Amino acid sequence: MRVLGIETSCDETGVALYDTQAGLLADALYSQISMHAEYGGVVPELASRDHTRKLLPLIEEVLASAQLSRSDLDGIAYTAGPGLVGALMVGAATAHGMARALNIPVLGVHHMEGHLLAPMLEDAPPAFPFVALLVSGGHTQLVEVRGLGQYRLLGESVDDAAGEAFDKTAKMLELDYPGGPAVARLAERGDPTRFRFPRPMTDRPGLDFSFSGLKTHTLITANRLREAGEFDEQGRADIARAFEDAVVDTLVIKCRRALDQTGLKRLVVAGGVSANVRLRERLEQETAKRGAQAFYPRGRFCTDNGAMIAYVGAQRLLAGERDDSTMKAVPRWPLAELMPPAA
Amino acid sequence: MPTLLALDASSNACSAALMIHCDGRDEVLSRFALAPREHTRRLMPMVDELLAEAGIELCQLDALAYGRGPGSFTGLRIAAGVAQGLAFGADKPLLGVSTLAALALAAHRRYHLRYVMPALDARMGELYVGAYRCRDGELESLAEDAVLPPERLILPKGYEDTDWVGVGSGWALWESMPATVQAGISQCFNELAPAAEDMVRLATRQFAAGEGRQPHLVQPVYLRDQVAWQKGR
Repeated sequence: MRVLGIETSCDETGVALYDTQAGLLADALYSQISMHAEYGGVVPELASRDHTRKLLPLIEEVLASAQLSRSDLDGIAYTAGPGLVGALMVGAATAHGMARALNIPVLGVHHMEGHLLAPMLEDAPPAFPFVALLVSGGHTQLVEVRGLGQYRLLGESVDDAAGEAFDKTAKMLELDYPGGPAVARLAERGDPTRFRFPRPMTDRPGLDFSFSGLKTHTLITANRLREAGEFDEQGRADIARAFEDAVVDTLVIKCRRALDQTGLKRLVVAGGVSANVRLRERLEQETAKRGAQAFYPRGRFCTDNGAMIAYVGAQRLLAGERDDSTMKAVPRWPLAELMPPAA
Repeated sequence: MPTLLALDASSNACSAALMIHCDGRDEVLSRFALAPREHTRRLMPMVDELLAEAGIELCQLDALAYGRGPGSFTGLRIAAGVAQGLAFGADKPLLGVSTLAALALAAHRRYHLRYVMPALDARMGELYVGAYRCRDGELESLAEDAVLPPERLILPKGYEDTDWVGVGSGWALWESMPATVQAGISQCFNELAPAAEDMVRLATRQFAAGEGRQPHLVQPVYLRDQVAWQKGR
């Protein structure tokens, strides 16, 4: 079954073609980051307008690169949520229109299920069951994954997402949007011993996260350096390092606990922050120590993309699941509400 | 004459219309519902019903059209997405129809009005407005469709002494309009909404004029383009 995947939940337009026998055939992405950078963050109305401009050309691009025509498609999957409702609507409407014209099934899928299963697109995919850490600008969650649609939320952030904390720290350190990679780059030159920031919620049991206190601590430290006239390149790098170490430590501690609690030996790490090099190093050490294994999507599938949507959609469409004539756009949609494919 | 399908989701109304030809004459089949926030649920069944009623398939259409705006931003993109997806999937050209022109045509067809100023409430203290001369089902635009505050509304140059009729939700802002405009408007029909049955007629003329394009080229026309403010400016 050849499935077209469409992702328009935030500021990237992603399109891909996945074949349940041959695997990923093609994928294309258009990122709006440079446009939103002028405003210091994502402007929902501008994001939606851009999806409407970019989506069909990207669909043509993936069809051409796979040397297929639109009539070769057997199904269409699109991100139905969670995300920006106006942006989601563009993908939902286009997918439904196209599927109706081609007389093929269409299905709205969950964006985070896409991230959860993105490592399935790699050559050595993890087997079920596994623990997944989803870390992005919008989410920080630990999930126990027993199979497609069998998800149990183990813990999540009670306030800011880890990626959001990275972006806000970048602003405090006067770095450009999007801030995560910029903070990590600056941290490389930082002295890890100068500051030690708190590891929030690690001193008590449980798998929830909190990053807003760490953000405040970072701000206070930055202000203190500024008053002391030490907010120079080195001072900022030292703060970046202390911040990154605190976030990475916190994530690693919670992953360790999640593996202990579930008795599982496989850890999937996905979402934008999973591209962070220091996090990967630490998780590699941690999993190796306990005879467990960590899995990551390739770099470009860590962030939003059409391939993960095509993959999840293909699994569910193959099982007979499909939308009725209603286009789905669900801004808030807890992952735990998902079920195994309903035929 | 071509066979055409038009969709609209630009306001609280949701509509679809099909232009067909039987026994040598044109016929328009249509569906219309006032259905705020229900476009995602109502639009596709309307398309299916119309095609079934006419007994035709999408591949028999010559082109598709949608209400390109101005109007609700999200509504414009729902209609654009569905129309682009249908046209792309069926490999047909697409047309964008002005929602203000559709309002003018509605007033002309229903009340035989000649000089019509369609206006839609654009929120944020502004309205979308146009000015059309209508004759025998043909429209001529006398001023470009625009977005402006009601206080700055003027009658089209050279037509200040014409008896104009206002149509559409924008005329609810009557109290804020200049006295010169109020004096030039003989009547208002606030309750008329843009509808696909008028758009499919306008689209038929646009198609004949060779305006059909590849689907991705036919984008919504928002008119209000200042929707974000750059930092530090």
